[in-house]
Amino acid sequence: MPLFKKGTTFVENLPKIYGLYTGGFLLFFALMAWFETLGMKADTIGILFVGFTVVIYAVIGWLSRTMQVDAYYVAGRQVPPVFNGMATAADWMSGASFVAMAGGIYLGGHAYLAFVVGWTGGYVLVATLMAPYLRKFGCYTVPDFIGTRYGGNLTRFCAVIVLVIASFTYVTAQINATGTIAARALHVPFEVGVWFGLLGILLCSMLGGMRAVTWTQVAQYIVLIIAYLIPVFWMSTKQGFGAFPHLVYGEAVQKIMELEVVHQVGVLKPTGDIAGQFPGLKALTVLHATPGEGFIASWRFVTLVACMMVGTASLPHILMRYFTTPSVRAARTSVAWSLFFIFLLYFTAPALATFTKLQLLDPSLATSIIGKSFEEVSALAWIKNWASIGMVALKDFNGDGILQINEFFIRGDIVVLATPEIAGLPYVISGLVAAGGMAAAMSTADGLLLAIANALSHDLYYKIIDPKAETRKRLIVARVLLLFIGALGAIVASFKLTGILGAVAWAFCFAMSGLFFPLVLGVWWKRANRAGAIAGMVLGLTAGTWYLYMVKWGGMKPWWGMDDLRFGIIGASVSLVAMIVVSLMTKAPDKETQAMVDEVRIPRGETILGSSH
Amino acid sequence: MATDTAQREAHWHRTRNLMIVHLVIWFVFSYLVHWFAPGLNKISFLNFPLGFYFAAQGSLVVFVVQLFVFAKQQDKIDREFGVAEED
Repeated sequence: MPLFKKGTTFVENLPKIYGLYTGGFLLFFALMAWFETLGMKADTIGILFVGFTVVIYAVIGWLSRTMQVDAYYVAGRQVPPVFNGMATAADWMSGASFVAMAGGIYLGGHAYLAFVVGWTGGYVLVATLMAPYLRKFGCYTVPDFIGTRYGGNLTRFCAVIVLVIASFTYVTAQINATGTIAARALHVPFEVGVWFGLLGILLCSMLGGMRAVTWTQVAQYIVLIIAYLIPVFWMSTKQGFGAFPHLVYGEAVQKIMELEVVHQVGVLKPTGDIAGQFPGLKALTVLHATPGEGFIASWRFVTLVACMMVGTASLPHILMRYFTTPSVRAARTSVAWSLFFIFLLYFTAPALATFTKLQLLDPSLATSIIGKSFEEVSALAWIKNWASIGMVALKDFNGDGILQINEFFIRGDIVVLATPEIAGLPYVISGLVAAGGMAAAMSTADGLLLAIANALSHDLYYKIIDPKAETRKRLIVARVLLLFIGALGAIVASFKLTGILGAVAWAFCFAMSGLFFPLVLGVWWKRANRAGAIAGMVLGLTAGTWYLYMVKWGGMKPWWGMDDLRFGIIGASVSLVAMIVVSLMTKAPDKETQAMVDEVRIPRGETILGSSH
Repeated sequence: MATDTAQREAHWHRTRNLMIVHLVIWFVFSYLVHWFAPGLNKISFLNFPLGFYFAAQGSLVVFVVQLFVFAKQQDKIDREFGVAEED
């Protein structure tokens, strides 16, 4: 019997294809676990995991090659909502989410959960304010919407600028992450790892554009979510919290709160020049589940949440995923599915952080290290491994030979990667986690690179520079740009300018400063016009960038505790005011534009822009 | 276009109200509950301190459920006014 019935389309066969793929991946995992018991080396397992998955993505990318404009830009608008949800989730969850989030919660406690809330709740804005309307519009890129709704090349150009600044800031962080993981798993220097990562990323997107990125992102989501969940389920079963720990880890949180008193978390602080001695490492000094008291603590929490949420709804590589669904209705359900798939990882991260912390703090567990002798702890295999590459450090400040809470230093980024080793799980789990981290970073980098290259090729080259260019030429330009921007990203990434998380938060703030209000008001306020949109983009971006510069390098005291991660609040506020004031001072948009907005507001009927434009 | 102006306006009115309702819910679970997290933490829910629970899980669950409900409600409005896409 043939595997796929004759006469069925690719889309109809999707559940079967990805079902087989998931089964195949689990089989590969089981095979690796078996090889490990036969004595295969840990390094070999790591190489096989990363190598095997990257080759699969490249094959999918090659199979999805295309020379059609709508397939290249919007995957032919035939991606079913559930699959688009998975692709968006992979697009969304970056190396930072996968690798750094649980570690951030481990070190930062409640305050860090602002990222968890912000990176999920933003989808409510996407669904209610944006995605369905942009889908109805039928644009290929986000500047395509701005340029058509408000009219004028300058408007389009401003949108391209904001998009490039925000997405490029973000993509360097992702290429950096692929480089870090590839370097570790394949045992090559970081600089080589970066180029290897970039090669994988380009293989997924070059030939097939959005179509190829869509189907590789679905494959990458499956790998990353399996890689995130299996260690947590395994660990929680081992610790007696059952196979599904999410509802019952409250006990573990309470236990930690009791142990924090015993170990004097937040009371004992490391002394001396820690940053100079152990760069990037931190001791645990923040309480796990206790929020900061007072106005500033609450204010800092909600402003970070606001930046991440509004940024979510302004990031072009996310918005453009909803251009690929077959209908407006499908775009809406697709946002819901996206959030569901993202939620699976984000509500696991705090559980993972909690379990890892408990393992280190709870003296009744064999894995605990706090309160034990230095001799005993420094002999542990995982401490030795990570300490040798400077990711973990111990220092006996008070010289009593016992490890206190302020004498153990760890880099937040490694908590997820090291957890399987801390818990004493077999190495095959570490290989799996490395493959997951790689999938997360690659899929986000792909989406971002494509967003930049598409905006430059479609909006700048085709719409502004050479509107008569033929299809072939347009698609070749798009690919050349992809290659060029990817290489530029890799070069910048190899300088390691900012930490992964800092760069990510900045990208959100740039996007919200320039794009949020021009996008929202374009649908929700008919009176918004070209002059207003340009003012909103230019002044918003300028104000945000100015504030970032002043706070980060200019020595200005942050207003109300809003540091450089929150500059989007300033940028977006200025953008809103500028856009309203300038719109009202200038002429209302013409009849035609108003009719266009009316058309965008109802799902029925043709898209505003033709299916191939 | 068969849809007349009055009908379009009514449709948009309902759409806008639905958006506002969902953004109010969103506001409560994005900002309000976290603003009062220190106080909520004194309450225990499934053995979690409630303020922590909302940030780690509760708000997220609300967002996910909310979006599925929103998709359904908006589709119902579109159908009622005859502006939904053909199935």
